[in-house]
Formats: sequence, C-alpha cells, structure tokens
Amino acid sequence: MSPVVAAVLQVGLLVGLLALVHVPLGDYMARVFAGDRHTRVERLVYRVAGIDAGADQRWSVYARSVLAFSFVSVLGLYAFLRVQEHLPLSLGMPAMGSDGAWNTAVSFVTNTNWQWYSGESAAGHLVQMAGLTVQNFVSAAVGLAVAVALVRSFARTGTDRLGNFWVDLVRGTLRILLPIAALAAVALIAGGVVQNFTGPTEITTLAGGTQSMVGGPIASQESIKLLGTNGGGFFNANSAHPFENPTAWTNLLQIFLILVIPFSLPRTFGQMVGDRRQGVAIVAVMASLWGAAVAVISWAEMRGLGAVPQLAGGAMEGKEARFGAAGSALFAASTTGTSTGAVNSFHDSFTAVGGGVTLLNMMLGEVAPGGVGAGLYGMLVLAVLAVFLAGLMVGRTPQYLGKKIGRTQVTLVALYILTMPALLLVGAAITAATPALVDASVQDPGAHGLSEILYAYASATNNNGSAFAGFAAGTPYQNTALGLGMLFGRFVPIVLVLALAGSLAGQRPGATTAGTMPTHGPVFVGLLGFVVLVVAGLTFFPALALAPIAEALL
Amino acid sequence: MTSFVRQCFAGLRLLLVLTVLLGLVYPLGVYGAGRLMPDHADGSLLEVDGRVVGSRLLGQGFDGDQWLLPRPSAAGDGYDPLASGASNLGPENTDLLATVTDRRDAVAEREGVELAAVPADAVTASGSGLDPHISPAYAALQAPRIARERGLDLAVVLGVIDDATTGRDLGFLGEPTVNVLQVNAALAMLD
Repeated sequence: MSPVVAAVLQVGLLVGLLALVHVPLGDYMARVFAGDRHTRVERLVYRVAGIDAGADQRWSVYARSVLAFSFVSVLGLYAFLRVQEHLPLSLGMPAMGSDGAWNTAVSFVTNTNWQWYSGESAAGHLVQMAGLTVQNFVSAAVGLAVAVALVRSFARTGTDRLGNFWVDLVRGTLRILLPIAALAAVALIAGGVVQNFTGPTEITTLAGGTQSMVGGPIASQESIKLLGTNGGGFFNANSAHPFENPTAWTNLLQIFLILVIPFSLPRTFGQMVGDRRQGVAIVAVMASLWGAAVAVISWAEMRGLGAVPQLAGGAMEGKEARFGAAGSALFAASTTGTSTGAVNSFHDSFTAVGGGVTLLNMMLGEVAPGGVGAGLYGMLVLAVLAVFLAGLMVGRTPQYLGKKIGRTQVTLVALYILTMPALLLVGAAITAATPALVDASVQDPGAHGLSEILYAYASATNNNGSAFAGFAAGTPYQNTALGLGMLFGRFVPIVLVLALAGSLAGQRPGATTAGTMPTHGPVFVGLLGFVVLVVAGLTFFPALALAPIAEALL
Repeated sequence: MTSFVRQCFAGLRLLLVLTVLLGLVYPLGVYGAGRLMPDHADGSLLEVDGRVVGSRLLGQGFDGDQWLLPRPSAAGDGYDPLASGASNLGPENTDLLATVTDRRDAVAEREGVELAAVPADAVTASGSGLDPHISPAYAALQAPRIARERGLDLAVVLGVIDDATTGRDLGFLGEPTVNVLQVNAALAMLD
C-alpha cells in the first residue's frame, strides 16, 4: 500500500470514529450538566469541601469561584514542587527553583502544560501523579465549566444565574473525564504503556553497555494528558517516547483522545440550546479548519521540503520510525488545533510549511477544534463577532440564538479577541528586541529563530504547551514571562466570556423575523470560517511573513 | 471574611479531596488493572539467557559491524532514557545539514552502497532519541555486512530481520518497522 493511501485511510478511520462517538458523548455531556441530581460520591465530595451545591451563581460569583479555585491550585502545586525532595517516591529529584516551580504550577493549572523541564530528571512519581495529573483533570474541567456557563446564557432567559461552578467542575471531572481516562489508560497499557512505581534501574545492554530502565505511573497520566487537551508529558520526549506511545495504533488512540471532547461539545451546545443545527454549524467550521491543517501539514511533511529533508531523503529528523511522516503530521495538526501541546514528533525540525501551519493553528486562537471547553467558548465568541459583522453589512440589529448583540457584548468580544494577540506579540517582541534574551534562548539563526520565539509565546498565551523545543525556555526571564503569558492568556478571556454570559442570560429572546440571519447552514459556516481566518490573518500576517513564510520562500 | 477568601477555602478543600481521588486512587486503580498485563505495564522487558538486556520498546546503542545499527540518537550521549529528546534543529540549519552529510557518507561507506541508497531514517535522529525501530530498507541495507562479519548466510540474517519486522497496524496505521534490539538479540542467540 502506498504511503499516501495509508495516510488517507488513517485520517478516514479517525474521522469515522469521531463521527460515531460525538453524538452519544455530546448528548451525555449535555445531560451531565443539565441534570439536578447528585451522585452519592459527589454529595460526599460537596460535604467534605463545604460546598453549597444548590446555589445558582451570578456571573461574577461564578468567575470568582473559577479564579479562587485556580489560585489555590497554583499555590498548592507551587508548594508541592518546591518541597518534592522531602516527599515519598521523589526518586531523589531535587526541589524545583522558584521561577521553574512558578512556571510549572501556572502551566498545569492553565491547561497549558508548557514544560521547561524534562520529566525524567525533574519530577518524581508523587509530583507526577498527585500534582500534575490532578491538574490535568481539573484544569480541563474548568474549561468545560466555563463553556457550559456560556452555553447556559444562550439557553436561559431573563435570569442573572449561570449555574454552579463547583458542581460543574466536579461533574465534569468525575462523570466525564475520569471514566474515559481510566478506560483509555488500560487500553494504553495493553499497547505497551508503562504503569508501575519503579525508579530508574541500571541494566547491562545486549552489547555490554549500560542503560537506565525508567518506570512510573505513566499510563494513568498519559490518558488524561490527551483527553484533557493538556499535553504535559511524563518524559521530555512526550508522546514520541515509546513508553508513552509505543505503537501506531496507540498513536491513533492518542489523537482520538485529543479530539473527542472538543469535537463532541458542539453537539452538547446544540442540545442545551434546543437546536442541534446550531451545533452542527459550529462543528462544521471546526472540522473544516482542522481538516485543512491536516492536509497541508501532511503534504509538507510527506513531500519533505527544505534543505535537510531533501538531503536526507525525507523529513524524518525528530520523527519516530513507527509513526512516519503521516502519523506525525496528523498528531501535529491535532495537538496544535486543540490546545493540547503533546507532541509525537518535534515541530522545530518540521518543514517550514508544516511547522508554520502548527504555529498558525495556535494563532487562530485554538478553535480548530480547540481545547476542552476553551475551543467551544472561543468559537462561540467568534460566532458572536460573525453575527455582528453580518448585522453591520445588512443594517439589522444582530442576534445570536435570539439574544441581541449590543454594545456591551461587542465590547467584551473585542477585548476577548485582542487579549491573546496583545500578549503574544508584545511578549515575543520583547524577547526578539533584546539581544541578551535572544542569545540566552534562541537556537537557530535567522527566520527560523524568530519562529522559535513566536512559537513559544503563541504556545504560552494560547495555553497550548508545545514548543519549537530548540528554544531554551528554562531561563529565569522566560520562565517568568511565559508564566505570565499563560496566566493572562487563560484567565482574562475566561472572565470576559463569563461577563458576556452574564450579559446574555438576562435577555429575553427577541423576535425572529425574515430579516434575522440564520446561524446554521452553509452561509453562516462560510462566514464564521472566514471571520476566524481574517481575525488571525490580519493580526499575525506581518509576524508570520518574517518567520515561517520567509523561511519557506528563501 | 470576603467572598473571595471564602471561595478560596472551599477551593482548597475541594482540591484536597480531588487530589486523593485523582492523584492516588485513580493511578493505583490503573496500576491494579496493569497487573493483569505485567509484561506490558512493566516496560516490555526483553530477556536473553535469563538476563534482562533491555526493553523491546526502547532503542539502545550498538557499536560494531556485527550488529544491526539503530538510528542516530539525540538522547544524551545516545539512547539515554534519562535524557529523552530530539535535536530540534530546523530544516535549514547548517549544522544539521553538515551532520546529515557526514552520516550519509559514513553509512554509504560502511555498507558499500551508493549515497542515494541511504534511507532517511539512517541519517536523522528520532523524536524520542529512543526509537527502537529502523525502516525495513535500512535493515536490508545492513544485512550483507552483518552476514559477512558473523560468517552467516545472508538468508539467515534476512530471516532474523524478517522475524522482527512489523507491517502497518491494521494495514494502514503508521509505517513498517524493524525492531533493532530484537534482531540483535536473535543474532546473539545464534552464536
């Protein structure tokens, strides 16, 4: 079978599986968040934590709960990392320094999972499972909760209440993420992923050398790393490491886990607002953008454009033999289209076009299909913008799902859309304009070096976490600056989304007339896709022209 | 007490409860399930003459013409599981260009073939630095040398390589590969 046919079948199987699963999973998630019964375990959790599960929160209280939970999560994880040498199962790993611990704590709480450190030499087993794995679950559940609160603001009328953050958080974790992660972890072990508690043991190799055999609770972390679109690897090599991702079929399973919740949430959205066609329109835009990225990256990597791939006879630098160019490209498009950031191959060594598309994918704002929860609320914000632009064109008061898009809403949407690019471009510009910072961190000269800087800040501010890993990020300055980028890149948009939700929930639906633009169907899908591309294109074209585009053309 | 501080205390208590559930109970549960497949859960270890010589999943360094040689590795000094990773050098990087040129020359000379016959995986470092596989093309290229060095029939060496070759999963997932450690372990047993 030719590699191209195999690659097409591989994508086809993935799309088929997602098409099959997104309906039941989307409906299930809608039921989880709409129901008012608590399970016995949940009631116990609420009682121990002292949470009033019956309270229905205003947007400001909901936002304060998100921030409070994330604040204690950062502090807790920071403390954990600072004292790890005194804890059991630390394998003799030293405590992290203050800037490194800050960066890692923020990184995992914001669902970014940017890693300045190498897991195998910086994090013991207890930190990996009781610190990092826990945040993999709850940071994803925070994203889900915020998305659900926004969806409720379209579904509800004449109320200032958006639901209960604590209940949404616990249900998302225990009823959605935990069962799927547990099943996937067992499947990964069947594929060869390690799950034990041994430390590195030295063995004598076949040829008489020595090698350290590593171990750890890898499978349990691996499954939620992907399902929660987190991306933080147990090892430095992440999903390229054979103990994290041993075979071609575990590779496809990992890509499926990355995509399954983001592609199912539009169905949840459609169910909750009582009009499934609305969800279909959203998922159509997400799928088109993702499909385009898969096609372009696959083409570029399989063709092997560029000086080194041409000389070597293929773009295999930084890629594993068992995945090949096709399996690596599919993973790369999916990990950067969601805010995952796990890698099964190293994007820094991708062709200029392939690496450039992974960068562009993040700059779209992580909506193709985006992270767990974050992808849906990001796309809904862009949908509000699309409706507003269409309203300007035809001179009607814009409406989305019966809610008027007025000055308040447009202001919040504009602030949302400006936040990430401002953080990204200013952060990258400071590094690029400071020779000492360039010398300290940038590996490759010329246009590729600028790509490394842009990629680092795009990854941090979009909470992706992948890297052009030649960029040496573990310096005190970059740890601090990228940490701030992750923090503001996550929570400023979340507060704006919740404020938007608050302003929408109180409205009573306006009358739908012949002049109201339908927000389903191909016209709206085209418009929304156009808005996504134009917003990112206008914002980032100058930067991209100087970096990957210049590299591809020169 | 302000509302934010109160929320923080609720958040802290919830975080502790969830840490017990997700950070201890869940990994231990998965560990328990893994005990049903101990070979996989413990790293697919490979034994030769009752001695663990490595993992079928982790590449290891080989030096010498009697062995099937693995891909170049950027993990530490080569195939170091405590320093997994890639070179991360860009597609136009001049250092990488020089390295690949040297590797191609070396492989072509060692195997006595044309430069154009050297496959891509022979001259590029993998993502993990621990890639246990090479392409069937690179393995076939090395077979005559191994047969010569070990005084074996070429057919025997090709048979050993064939036993360690896997096609694409389901016929279309990933790429066909040859497991280097499995080949070398089988070669060692022939002695």
